[in-house]
Amino acid sequence: MGFLDSLGRAAAAKVESFSALCSFTGETAAAILLLPFRPRRFRFGDFAMALQRASWDALAVVSGAGVLLGVILAFESATALKMFGAEVYVSDLLAIGIFRELGPLITAIILAGRTSSAFAAEIGTMKAGEEIDALVTMGLKPVRFLVPPRIAATVVAMPVLTVCAELAALFGGAAVLRMMDVPPAVYWDHVKSTTGPWMISYGLLKSALFGFIAGFMGCFCGLKTEPTADGVGKAATAAVVGSIVAVGVADGIIAAVGYLMEG
Amino acid sequence: MREEPENIVELEHVAAGYPSETVLEDVTFSVRRGEIFILLGGSGCGKSTIMKHLAGLNPVVSGRLAVCGMEWTPRNRAKLCRRIGVMFQSGALFGSMTCLENVLLPLEEFSGLGRTERRLKAESLLSDVGLADAADKMPSEISGGMRKRVAIARAMALDPAVLFLDEPGAGLDPVTSAGLDDLVLRLRAERGTTFVVVSHELESIFKIGDRCAMFDRARRAMVALGAPQELKSGSKDPFVRAFFNRGRTNG
Repeated sequence: MGFLDSLGRAAAAKVESFSALCSFTGETAAAILLLPFRPRRFRFGDFAMALQRASWDALAVVSGAGVLLGVILAFESATALKMFGAEVYVSDLLAIGIFRELGPLITAIILAGRTSSAFAAEIGTMKAGEEIDALVTMGLKPVRFLVPPRIAATVVAMPVLTVCAELAALFGGAAVLRMMDVPPAVYWDHVKSTTGPWMISYGLLKSALFGFIAGFMGCFCGLKTEPTADGVGKAATAAVVGSIVAVGVADGIIAAVGYLMEG
Repeated sequence: MREEPENIVELEHVAAGYPSETVLEDVTFSVRRGEIFILLGGSGCGKSTIMKHLAGLNPVVSGRLAVCGMEWTPRNRAKLCRRIGVMFQSGALFGSMTCLENVLLPLEEFSGLGRTERRLKAESLLSDVGLADAADKMPSEISGGMRKRVAIARAMALDPAVLFLDEPGAGLDPVTSAGLDDLVLRLRAERGTTFVVVSHELESIFKIGDRCAMFDRARRAMVALGAPQELKSGSKDPFVRAFFNRGRTNG
């Protein structure tokens, strides 16, 4: 009986959570779609502040992670390719891997850890401090008020951060290959010949989508926070986990669709 | 000036709480226009829950609740939100905005005034609560009492018919708390605003309250209704007598 009771409660909680997600998705879609008709309702101050936190404040950590990614990828792939005397092709592998997949993905994971959790904590703290209730009693819709500026900030910040991470990774890879006596000119020639506008655009579009997911999950988890100190911590964790899982799922779907379309 | 009904707030046989748990049952009272009405009782007795119902944050479990003659239905919500103002226990100011911007927010969204008029009105409201010089300060830079004053100014922005104040004196020193009581009395005298105040501070109740409703957690019921002085001297209910003679109960 106890087991069935907890199973029932867990199932009810999942249904409630899914229902809240659907409701939030609808409200967010309505808030975003109505913006062109009511542009004055967009809170540019909140957007600017969120953009600065999501982009400029994250630049150092994203660039650092990019360099490390390039260095590690270069070392690991060079170990295998060296057996065939093909170290020079490390640059091709790096370029394809970073622009198509790893640049957007590593940046999204960092954005989830920094910005999505920060959104959840900020909005969760507002909920605990009755600020969300204050908005409701003023007749303002919290989703319309809080969500569009934050999602816009992550959608704008992600491609910029991704470019920084990708360039940093390529420079990290170049440094490793320089140590392996691959001339920089050869390295950059291979990078240029492997990549093209389509590949770079593909990665950047993906990164904008990942930015949307991170902003969306951060706001969603923040708004469904239990109004306690413990609840705010849980909301921040849920935002990070939810963002990373959702980005992984989206990336998987995009990769599968891309493969089928190319095939 | 809008024409408001004689009874600004009406509760008839209201069960207060949440669908999973009823906190108070069969609550019936009304608040007259221009009155300062106190919701009082010990901690956890349900007075803040009633306040949330009044402010439209939670629906009542059963019974009828009307504010300014309207029930909290989706159709009435937008209209009702312009007729009420709420000051939450913490002040609930937006931390990313200055005090002036906090007061400006409802004016920007709903007043229809021009930029200059909005600013003048917000500055005048801050001046009314004695905080003209705190306009450009962030909420984190001012004291708890000042935050509550800014919250009152924000709640007054759209000239509401009724202001709901949730424990205005909580966490404040006696002098600051008395200052807030004076502010409530002054605003009522100058603007004729109706106030519904959640409180369990006897000094404040006797100073500002015209009438009060008292709740008891143990009985999950409203146990007294009337002027504070009448209840203190005339009530036969032991809980009410104990509350007025010794201060807080259940807390």
